[in-house]
Amino acid sequence: MYVAVKGGEKAIDAAHRLLAKNRRGDPMVPELALDQISQQLSLAVDRVMTEGSIYDRELAALAIKQARGDLIEAIFLLRAYRTTLPRLAESLPIDTGAAFLRRRISATFKDVPGGQVLGGTFDYTHRLLDFDLAATSGADRPVEAADLPPPAPRVLDALNAEDLIERAPVDRGIAPPDLTRQPVEFPAARALRLQNLARGDEGFLLGLGYSTQRGYGHNHPFAGEIRAAEVVVEIVPEELGFPVAIGEITVTECEMVNQFKGSPTEPARFTRGYGLVFGECERKAMAMALVDRALRAPELGEEVAAPAQDEEFVLYHSDNVEASGFVQHLKLPHYVDFQAELNVLRKIRAGTADPGGAEDSPAMTEAAK
Amino acid sequence: MTGGYNFAYLDEQTKRMIRRALLKAVALPGYQVPFGSREMPLPYGWGTGGIQVTASIIGADDTLKVIDQGADDTTNAVSIRRFFAKTAGVATTEQTGAATIIQTRHRIPETKLRDDQIMVFQVPIPEPLRWLEPREAETRRMHAYADYAVMHVRLYEDVARYGRIATAYDYPVVVNGRYLMRPSPIPKFDNPKLDRSPALMLFGAGREKRIYAVPPYTPVKSLDFDDHPFTVESWDRSCALCGADDSFLDEVIVDDRGGRMFVCSDTDHCRGRRDAEQPA
Amino acid sequence: MTALAARDVRAVPNAGSASPLLVVEALTKAFGGQIACRDVTFELWPGEILAVVGESGAGKTTLLKCLSGQLEPDSGRIALTRRDGSVAELYGIAESERRRLMRTDWGIIHQNPRDGLRFGVSVGANVGERLMAVGARHYGEIRRTVSEWLERLEVDPARMDALPATFSGGMQQRVQIARNLVTGPRLVFMDEPTGGLDVSVQARLLDLLRSLAGELGLAGVLVTHDLAVARLLADRLMVMRGGEVVELGLVDQVLDDPQHAYTQLLVSSVLQI
Repeated sequence: MYVAVKGGEKAIDAAHRLLAKNRRGDPMVPELALDQISQQLSLAVDRVMTEGSIYDRELAALAIKQARGDLIEAIFLLRAYRTTLPRLAESLPIDTGAAFLRRRISATFKDVPGGQVLGGTFDYTHRLLDFDLAATSGADRPVEAADLPPPAPRVLDALNAEDLIERAPVDRGIAPPDLTRQPVEFPAARALRLQNLARGDEGFLLGLGYSTQRGYGHNHPFAGEIRAAEVVVEIVPEELGFPVAIGEITVTECEMVNQFKGSPTEPARFTRGYGLVFGECERKAMAMALVDRALRAPELGEEVAAPAQDEEFVLYHSDNVEASGFVQHLKLPHYVDFQAELNVLRKIRAGTADPGGAEDSPAMTEAAK
Repeated sequence: MTGGYNFAYLDEQTKRMIRRALLKAVALPGYQVPFGSREMPLPYGWGTGGIQVTASIIGADDTLKVIDQGADDTTNAVSIRRFFAKTAGVATTEQTGAATIIQTRHRIPETKLRDDQIMVFQVPIPEPLRWLEPREAETRRMHAYADYAVMHVRLYEDVARYGRIATAYDYPVVVNGRYLMRPSPIPKFDNPKLDRSPALMLFGAGREKRIYAVPPYTPVKSLDFDDHPFTVESWDRSCALCGADDSFLDEVIVDDRGGRMFVCSDTDHCRGRRDAEQPA
Repeated sequence: MTALAARDVRAVPNAGSASPLLVVEALTKAFGGQIACRDVTFELWPGEILAVVGESGAGKTTLLKCLSGQLEPDSGRIALTRRDGSVAELYGIAESERRRLMRTDWGIIHQNPRDGLRFGVSVGANVGERLMAVGARHYGEIRRTVSEWLERLEVDPARMDALPATFSGGMQQRVQIARNLVTGPRLVFMDEPTGGLDVSVQARLLDLLRSLAGELGLAGVLVTHDLAVARLLADRLMVMRGGEVVELGLVDQVLDDPQHAYTQLLVSSVLQI
């Protein structure tokens, strides 16, 4: 005798218990501490902060621990948490030009004022697995922090002085729209696009940026400057009327110099692409700058032909929390709709063409219902 | 009671914003109102739109029913019902007749609704023209000019190719003679229930950030041709559990020899019929 | 379904009326610093076809886009007479009315069928679309009307369910024409409608267009660089150069006795076979 399926609640509870067990893993293995994650998996933390849109290393580390290392799941946790946070103030725009530098390179000039500062980069490592890292040591004595290189002038200012590069957009004191409070409408302003890209999935942007380099909307990029900087965040409390520093964050900024462009009224100048991330997600900052420039195609009079240049395509699909949710929602039961489809397909296959809807019953009127 | 969260999770500002969107939606039946959808603790695609709508209208006196595929006990319906029990502490029920708010995914209950009830639909893709025109900028224009020729072309192609309109669910409708609307992925069987229903129908698409509505007693017409009129599904058998022959039936595979069984999708409706037949 | 009333698709255009169908005055359009067309002035009467000729870059296509509601001019006016006799400023009326006129009252034939057809749906759907856009809801009748029009354009109605890509270029053009004529427009804009087709295919199509235009009393603006096409299809001829109109008159008069130096140059440079 068929018994209707029951017990959804019990199944969910059991699933949660099993999840907690799997997350902990072998209980004989010491549990991960949040500061271990923050210190030794710092790039994972940086990514989760950037795409989760909250600068808080400890929260990000917690999210990564809870998500068992699945970074998109961790990003989701941070985003959901962010929704509950009250808005206390808006900071002044950060000034990366006045910041102490962890790293600063430029591919456009051999040397620049302030020098090429490599910082602690993977760039010139040989990708050979280092088996020495398999051993773990306990906590050690603290190391003295070296002084950071002082602020250095922007490389692109040199081009600016010669009027060879388009001016960076002027801050006209208009508050940018907030993507987390209102939906995107098209055409989207550049400020809104940049917000979307900053929160966007690194993999998606990487693929799109790569596609521009291979000819899908090529715009001749040069890495004008990449800097990883310690910036001070300031707010202006109403009662005080002057800026107050509330903390310091690390950001990585990429300014691309792109294909020069002129018009009958304007002399030819280099164009720009911009990327900004929390922490040291340099690859993401560079991909973001490539895509930012590609999306400016209409405003620069370029033909929109490639996916990276298609505003709706890029902005609608860059958010991995949305993408993950919708892709995975296919796991939810769809059997009613499937039943409806089966119905239609069986009728079509039975070869019963529909001269006037003989097979199905006529639509019920409200009286019958 | 609610562990540090506001009643029904959302802050009052957000609820106000959503209610404003709902009012606009009710004033323009079938029109998709953009709204600032928030990130919720459940994933996009799993009902965040419906949850935000419910969270914005639910009060302490309400009684909430949550169904998915017509059943109260499917995992996601359980999850959502728990969410509201935890964050709002409202009474919940499995009986359609006892609910004041019914949040649903993919079905309208068989039990006729009343004018003191509100249905909240979870919507994955709100735009009826989306598969025909991927660009949002263009579909907004098409709605503004009531330029729906592409949809009729699509239905024409169905008849030319299959001899019938091949859409089985999320069947496009015209609301109040003006806006083309997607009723969410309910089977076409349920479309007639939208027409002039006494209940208020609210639709929430969280990921796509759109809200729309069908006010009570509004005409809702499913698209068709005069000589290929809209029809609903029927089965050549009745529910194996309660004997109903006028409800939407789920097909259940019972063995590996192709054995099949058909039971009511609406579990409350089915149980109600069985209880009525066999008094305790 | 929509706020539009279904139109009588066999309405006879207001032939023999006292007012022109289209009045264009001092039409000017520039892109950046470049003048595309300047001070273009003419009238178009019901049932008459005006050919606009000139070299590439003369401004013909820009003019056509302005006239057909696709591009707003910088200055000047375009006035059209509606079916009920009232006059509308083309860029003064609401976008919704302009779009309705585009669907019912006039047609646009593109040089490339890909610009004027939906390649993803059948020929039948392509031709029936405008009917459905103005409220036709009977599948059988839509098919009947589509059938009739395909026959008129010498396309085999039995192939109604095939996709446009399975037809030759000449056939695709015929489908495009049928798609436009099915709602009985009074005015057709044509941009090199036979350009890119084989000479013999061109000739047949032009012949067909000519007899249809006559039969239906169609007015038209025909952009072409080919004087022979202009002579065959048009009643009057307008010669453009550098964005300006240099000559305007009856087609035979202008071609047999060109007044302006540029027109003379054009006429004399046509190869005599």
